[in-house]
Amino acid sequence: MGKQINVALIGNPNTGKTSVFNALTGLNQKVGNYPGITVEKKEGICKLPRGVKAHIIDLPGTYSLNASSLDENVVIELLLNKNDKDFPDVAVVVSDVENLKRNLLLFTQIKDLEIPTILVINMSDRMAYKGISLDLNYLEQQLQTKIALVSTRKNEGISDLKELITSYKELSKKPCLNASSIDPQYFGSLQKAFPNQLLYKLWLVITQDVNFGKTDRKSIEDVSNFKTKSKVDLKHLQQKETIKRYQFINDTLKKGQTIDLKSAKDLRIKLDRVLTHKVWGYLIFGVILLTIFQAIYDWSSVPMDFIDESFASLSEWVKTVLPAGAFTDLLAEGIIAGLGGIVIFIPQIAFLFLFIAILEESGYMSRVVFLMDRIMRRFGLSGKSVVPLISGTACAIPAIMATRNIESWKERLITILVTPFTTCSARLPVYLIIIALVIPEGRFLGLSYQALTLMLLYLIGFGAAVGSAYILNKILKIRSKTFFVVEMPNYKLPLPKNVALTVIEKTKAFVFGAGKIILAISIVLWFLASYGPGEQFNNAEQIVTEQFATTNLSEEELNQKIASHKLEHSFIGVTGRAIEPIIRPLGYDWKIGIAIVSSFAAREVFVGTLATIYSVGSDEEETIKNRMAGEVNPILGGPLFNFASGISLLLFYAFAMQCMSTLAIVKKETNSWKWPIYQLVIMSGFAYLVALIAYQILK
Amino acid sequence: MTLAEIKRGQKAIIKDVSSIHIPLKLLEMGCLPGNSVELVQVAPFADPMYLNINGSHLAIRKETAIHILIETIDG
Repeated sequence: MGKQINVALIGNPNTGKTSVFNALTGLNQKVGNYPGITVEKKEGICKLPRGVKAHIIDLPGTYSLNASSLDENVVIELLLNKNDKDFPDVAVVVSDVENLKRNLLLFTQIKDLEIPTILVINMSDRMAYKGISLDLNYLEQQLQTKIALVSTRKNEGISDLKELITSYKELSKKPCLNASSIDPQYFGSLQKAFPNQLLYKLWLVITQDVNFGKTDRKSIEDVSNFKTKSKVDLKHLQQKETIKRYQFINDTLKKGQTIDLKSAKDLRIKLDRVLTHKVWGYLIFGVILLTIFQAIYDWSSVPMDFIDESFASLSEWVKTVLPAGAFTDLLAEGIIAGLGGIVIFIPQIAFLFLFIAILEESGYMSRVVFLMDRIMRRFGLSGKSVVPLISGTACAIPAIMATRNIESWKERLITILVTPFTTCSARLPVYLIIIALVIPEGRFLGLSYQALTLMLLYLIGFGAAVGSAYILNKILKIRSKTFFVVEMPNYKLPLPKNVALTVIEKTKAFVFGAGKIILAISIVLWFLASYGPGEQFNNAEQIVTEQFATTNLSEEELNQKIASHKLEHSFIGVTGRAIEPIIRPLGYDWKIGIAIVSSFAAREVFVGTLATIYSVGSDEEETIKNRMAGEVNPILGGPLFNFASGISLLLFYAFAMQCMSTLAIVKKETNSWKWPIYQLVIMSGFAYLVALIAYQILK
Repeated sequence: MTLAEIKRGQKAIIKDVSSIHIPLKLLEMGCLPGNSVELVQVAPFADPMYLNINGSHLAIRKETAIHILIETIDG
């Protein structure tokens, strides 16, 4: 058996490239990151005929090899670097049969790099519907390639594609466009200076702002007998190149493709009349959002209660089965309690990712961008900011990465800065548990107070995002070119397989990412809560027994007194009480204080931390919620989680910047520590202030 | 006239694009002299504009559209 074939999947966005990837690799895929950057790297293994195996890499979608974003840079960097271990033996360009003309632009560019290239014409099931017919032989001849006509929806053509990949050595490497025809004089002198290099490759190195070529480009600029051109001149040449490419494509398609407009049906126009309508468009968008939130709240409450109770019993079970000792305590009180805090909101995350995947896959998200652009611009944002703001309700990290397609740097920066205000799913466990504790049951106009409170919190988050964007737009003095191009793809029924894979992949990444932090924190917390310095901790039994010697306490009550005395004088108790003066005005005790401090790692840690703190030393099987409800305010008496402190906590979590991973992403995407530090200080300071005011008014 | 003045349902041919103001990406999506353009839908306040350029459906802002010169086709 020979070595693996390296295959790179390349294509415009919205061509179904990922569907082709899924069809080739199935579950044999893994998603990671390119080293040093946050661009998602998808790769997988595909079995080909005759025992050959292919390593397939799904490159980020791009319209051309002229990169304008980090994601697109990845494509060029790989295609220009023959030494990269992923450098493709064969490139597979995926195109959409309805947008062949535009898709072929990228194809001709890749072909000109003299890499063996296969053309996939995807969505062939729509050809009859659109009245399109193709002369494949003619196209193969003109484009000097092999074509696979594929329909991932109907699962057709994939085996042909596999066959073509296997015999990639037979593909022609001839380019489509003669680079020197763009400007014979300029390219002539370029070739003279670098006689052994491929002209088109040199041209890409000169025109791209990509870091791959630091050395490459320097060597070009260092050669004295070659004069490089000004930026404006270069752009003019790029335009000329694009026109030449389109001439070639138009000539090819004139004979190779016929479109019978009479038999073409256009659902898009009819749907867009309604979905992008001045009034109906917004109404429908509003209804969709409401449905999503209602669904997330209603549908996930059942599995969440179940998970909560299961973890409580699991922890109890571990305690009865394993021999008593430090390890059992750590497992039952530290690790299981902490993990319960994250597993509990898998249902909500999964639902959120499900809805977002459907909105994206169906093509509806672009319509929202179109509808919202004008409104968002008033706040210094772009229509494209809507996508991050909506996906921010799942998690700010992918949301901030989704800002990459915002062309204007100022609009993008503002979006990055305000996105963490949107109510991410990590806030949900905190919200849900506090709402359940402090908001009365009961209904208003058929909607429960609790659901209304949750919705209000979402609105507050969104309002804070938009409001701060407005202020940032006024303060930030950044001049950046504003332009805005968004493709309006065809409406598609989302493929269940694609949606399912996205949901599984994202939920998994999220749970494991957060899970690691939570696990570490809950172990540390457990140690800090189970050991303490000095007399008060080590002799707790004696001290408490003496203290209550005169009163008639049952043994059980006495044990509880001892446990809480120990906790108070453990390392965590000492630390907690040191910071208590700062948080007391907000209505919190030191336990909540510890939970808040630890949730600066990640918000969802709050519930897990309280679970760990409360379960240390307690023997009964209890759900987290019941434990919290039983807490008494040590100074004022009465429940610790009452209306005033509950609202204050809710508001604190709505505004505070408590997520290390988000800060890390912001640092990466803005390339400076300045912005994440601003976010941390300003958002958390504001949160403290609002929580303080709320508690002082309501108490 | 410029592309910003086109009416809904009207068809036109792109005559010239001012390459300093127009991003390369838009050119690559087919916004080039000689290609056809049609207004599909406008958002409130006529901005952004949802266009069909050379078979590609895309939305651009009015501030970009004023840098694209067109000539309408009758009929």
